[in-house]
Amino acid sequence: MNLTLKIWRQKNSKEEGKLVTYQVDGISKEMSFLEMFDVLNERLVAKNEEPIAFDHDCREGICGMCSMHINGRPHGPWTRTTVCQLHMRAFEDGETIVIEPWRAKGFPVIKDLMVDRSAFDRIMAAGGFVSVNTGNAQDANCLPVPKADADESFSAAACIGCGACVASCKNSSAMLFVSAKVSQMALLPQGKVERKDRVMNMVKQMDVEGFGNCTNTGSCESVCPKGISLHHIARMNREYLLANITE
Amino acid sequence: MTIDQYINSSIGRKTVMAATGLFLCVFLIEHLYSNLLLLFTDGGVAFTEWSHTLVHSMLIRLIEIFLFLAIVLHVVQAIYITKQNRESRPVKYAVYKVDQTSSWFSRNMGITGSLIFFFIVVHMWQFFVPYRIMDTVGGEGQTNVAQTIKEAFHNPWFVLLYVGSSAFLAFHLNHGFQSAFTTFGMNAKKYKSLISLFGSFFAFVIIGLGFSIIPILFYFGIAGKTF
Ligand code: FES
Repeated sequence: MNLTLKIWRQKNSKEEGKLVTYQVDGISKEMSFLEMFDVLNERLVAKNEEPIAFDHDCREGICGMCSMHINGRPHGPWTRTTVCQLHMRAFEDGETIVIEPWRAKGFPVIKDLMVDRSAFDRIMAAGGFVSVNTGNAQDANCLPVPKADADESFSAAACIGCGACVASCKNSSAMLFVSAKVSQMALLPQGKVERKDRVMNMVKQMDVEGFGNCTNTGSCESVCPKGISLHHIARMNREYLLANITE
Repeated sequence: MTIDQYINSSIGRKTVMAATGLFLCVFLIEHLYSNLLLLFTDGGVAFTEWSHTLVHSMLIRLIEIFLFLAIVLHVVQAIYITKQNRESRPVKYAVYKVDQTSSWFSRNMGITGSLIFFFIVVHMWQFFVPYRIMDTVGGEGQTNVAQTIKEAFHNPWFVLLYVGSSAFLAFHLNHGFQSAFTTFGMNAKKYKSLISLFGSFFAFVIIGLGFSIIPILFYFGIAGKTF
């Protein structure tokens, strides 16, 4: 495949960036999108040019590091897919692909396509944990959890914190991420102890980080690589309301 | 947490939008009921009497204050939220296909909202101000309100304005109604589709059709034959 890539290049968080055009040829349809970047970077290095900085880690769709806004959508054209799991067969030979970093005040660009997502870490540190000592794995059924709750909690726990929700939201809101984390723990007995403080502190931190306000457009849900549902946002709203009324 | 901390949080702001929005929906139902009284072929008596009852009820006057308060709160919050949301993405995308993932109307509540606000101002100036503040309409020896309405809807531009605004209102509510329920935490899988289905019915059929039918019927002379 021969492709025209328009890639966001930005030296550091202070300088302004711009889209730079690269022509790449000899790309196989079986390559993942990140492998295509590896090839391009090797060629750039061989020409003594600065390679393109991008985030990645597991390359198997579970760590949430790979973050590219490809042709106007986070993680590219496929649904429920991370960039590392996106393959070049998603594109046509001769296509022009525009690749940008996540764009949000809460995610400042570090370099090229890499953004600083430590805002998510700080939100987690504000309440996304369980501080009771849970010890070793218990015998099965020691701590009864209804199947429906376990499933629901698990569906929220599938969130990999990639930030695609923020990237696609017209308001750059982080509600889907935060609500997944709140949901996951609010549903389980271990998470019940700090239930109220958790939601209040996490929302507070979310607001401090400069993310926008959710207007329920549902864009986040449709680009989430893990299919986190909007109803977690409803649950967080409910948790927040209840916590505020009763605290 | 104090109440103003709650109101100033991102979720608190949503709650204010949702609560005021739903309150305004209740008002719309009452308003629609009054409008439909115009369709009786009784010379506008039912409508005139009902307006009279409303104006002279202490309870309604009290609710009216909350109504204006709700509009102001809804608008002020909306402006604040929009401003904050704009600031949350200082560098814009070169390519942004948000159209594929959400509807235009859900993303542009500010635009439909502004148009509705503009309409409310015109509408108030046309009917509310002369009747309730200037006292030039509806009193003894003056044209009654029903006649003023009939006259206004002889003008095709007004008809267009009213029908167009009803349409924008319908789209605004189509997103707003179900969104308000999500904000209040009611979005469980069980009744999610029921809420959005009812929301769409409420928005397009009850409000959209209900409000736009009146100027159309007056314009074509089908309504208002008896006054
Ligand atoms: S690199 Fe880990 S999810 Fe893509």
